[in-house]
Amino acid sequence: MFQIRVHGRGGQGVVTATEMLSVAAFEEGRHAQAFPSFGSERTGAPVVAFCRLDDKEIRLREPIMEPDALIIQDPTLLHQIDVFAGLKPDGYVLLNSAHSFEQIGLGELVKQRGLSRMCTLPASELGLKHVGRPIPNVPLIAGFAALSGMFKLESVIKAINEKFSGKVAAGNIAAATEAYELVKKQMEERAHA
Amino acid sequence: MLKQIEGSKAVAEAIALCRPEVICAYPISPQTHIVEALGEMVKAGDLTPCEFINVESEFAAMSVAIGSSAAGARSYTATASQGLLFMVEAVYNAAGLGLPIVMTVANRAIGAPINIWNDHSDSLSQRDSGWMQLFAETNQEAVDLHIQAFKLAEELSMPIMVCMDGFILTHAFERVDIPTQEQVDGYLPPFDPRQMLDPAEPVSIGAMVGPEAFMEVKYLAHAKQMQALELIPQLAAEFKQQFGRDSGGLVRTYRADDAETMIVAMGSVLGTVKDTVDELREQGHKIGVLGIISYRPFPLKEVRAALVNCKRFVVLEKSLAVGMGGIVATDVRMAVSGTGLKGYTAIAGLGGRNITKASLHKLFLEAEQEQLPPVTFVDLDWDVVNKQLEREKQNRHSGPIAENILYDKGMSSSAKFG
Repeated sequence: MFQIRVHGRGGQGVVTATEMLSVAAFEEGRHAQAFPSFGSERTGAPVVAFCRLDDKEIRLREPIMEPDALIIQDPTLLHQIDVFAGLKPDGYVLLNSAHSFEQIGLGELVKQRGLSRMCTLPASELGLKHVGRPIPNVPLIAGFAALSGMFKLESVIKAINEKFSGKVAAGNIAAATEAYELVKKQMEERAHA
Repeated sequence: MLKQIEGSKAVAEAIALCRPEVICAYPISPQTHIVEALGEMVKAGDLTPCEFINVESEFAAMSVAIGSSAAGARSYTATASQGLLFMVEAVYNAAGLGLPIVMTVANRAIGAPINIWNDHSDSLSQRDSGWMQLFAETNQEAVDLHIQAFKLAEELSMPIMVCMDGFILTHAFERVDIPTQEQVDGYLPPFDPRQMLDPAEPVSIGAMVGPEAFMEVKYLAHAKQMQALELIPQLAAEFKQQFGRDSGGLVRTYRADDAETMIVAMGSVLGTVKDTVDELREQGHKIGVLGIISYRPFPLKEVRAALVNCKRFVVLEKSLAVGMGGIVATDVRMAVSGTGLKGYTAIAGLGGRNITKASLHKLFLEAEQEQLPPVTFVDLDWDVVNKQLEREKQNRHSGPIAENILYDKGMSSSAKFG
């Protein structure tokens, strides 16, 4: 089983992000379970949502306490809650920021974990550029597909098309594609560095 | 057709496939997404003929369902928590009149303290209302139970609640096989009411009944639930034939054959229980699971048969009979009376408290070693409880309990007394 925890704030599409991750996994024939932590449906309030992936039926209903991957939609959460709680030693981290981990004060984390499974992505900027709103969720799930290699971009695009239509879908697909390429390039550059 | 879909949406699609003629609802979390989706289908003309009635309260929702069902229309509504409590008088009437209404209860705690999260207090509070109650373990089962529920209700002319864990199931995206219209039509015949208000053949429904006949009417409600004990397994078997899936029935066991310790539970927590049991089995513990699907009628015979060969059992339940202990546990203990089996009650998950594998591991091992007290409150914060008890001992004016507990947990500065 592979477990993804997404942190963000109300209004950033945190729950939608996990739902779309689950749809992308479903498109690839896997079992997936997405669910929010409930009760904090207020704009700006910290929100957590979860996505489990497996090749068999997922029965477990507890929240994800030891994630294999973290997607952090809002870097200001780093000062507010322990988003890294329980993250597995070899876990993935994708953070929405136009800056590097070192620039936002996470140099120590990089020293501990190395950069092979960690990446930042200017997801809000990509949302603004392609969809007209700084909603980072779709760029982040596409970026996560590139970071982890767990999804194909086309599965993410299928999930986008299931959720949105028309101009919004097209904008999100453009944002997802650019995010995917950005992360892929970063990871390749690091691999060759 | 396999879909990756939200539980509420899947249930809405299943309801639509059952061709309801009247849907009335008042929104309350965590049920809202179900009736919202149905409202959209009716508005778009995808579900026809069907009248979607926005009502002013849950009391009105059940009252409308009573009226429409009595007029011969297949009637559906959904509610939860305080909403269910608000309609209680009409809930009893629906059962007393023998009207086959199907209602989803997206299980949620009952206040005070106000709480929107999941437990089983709401539908269990209606245990004796005369409604049947089936509990879904997964969203697939929630879909399947609704299809079976219309058939069961209409066959017996009695109402039924399909209970699914609020948020945990209603808001979870997972894989669900949504049947085709042809499959559902092949299973569920059109509603042929046993009683109907028809201007062409006038009758009254709802006579006043005095001491000379009241007991007989009530006994017949009981007799119908006893018939349901026969009918529920039959309908599950027919369902399997038509849809190719095991869904429903009275009870279901898991790794129970040589189990010395059995865990009894209802609803979605069974998934976490099964995962925990798998891990304990790997370590050599002889432990198994009994899931109860039909809470009302309560399958005494099947529960006894499933437990009689074990040495001890734990009833893990998301409900509390204040002043007594377990609600489900009381029924389970009655089922095994005279066997001398050791039974434990574990109250867990009230008001949405997470039920984790780690906590279940500990609980089940303590049960195996017969070190549990008769009633256990899983993951209760004893420090906070004892602090409040001490506060009450020290200070006559100890203040509001919920506010004090929130203060002690560092979650509020709103109150502190003593």
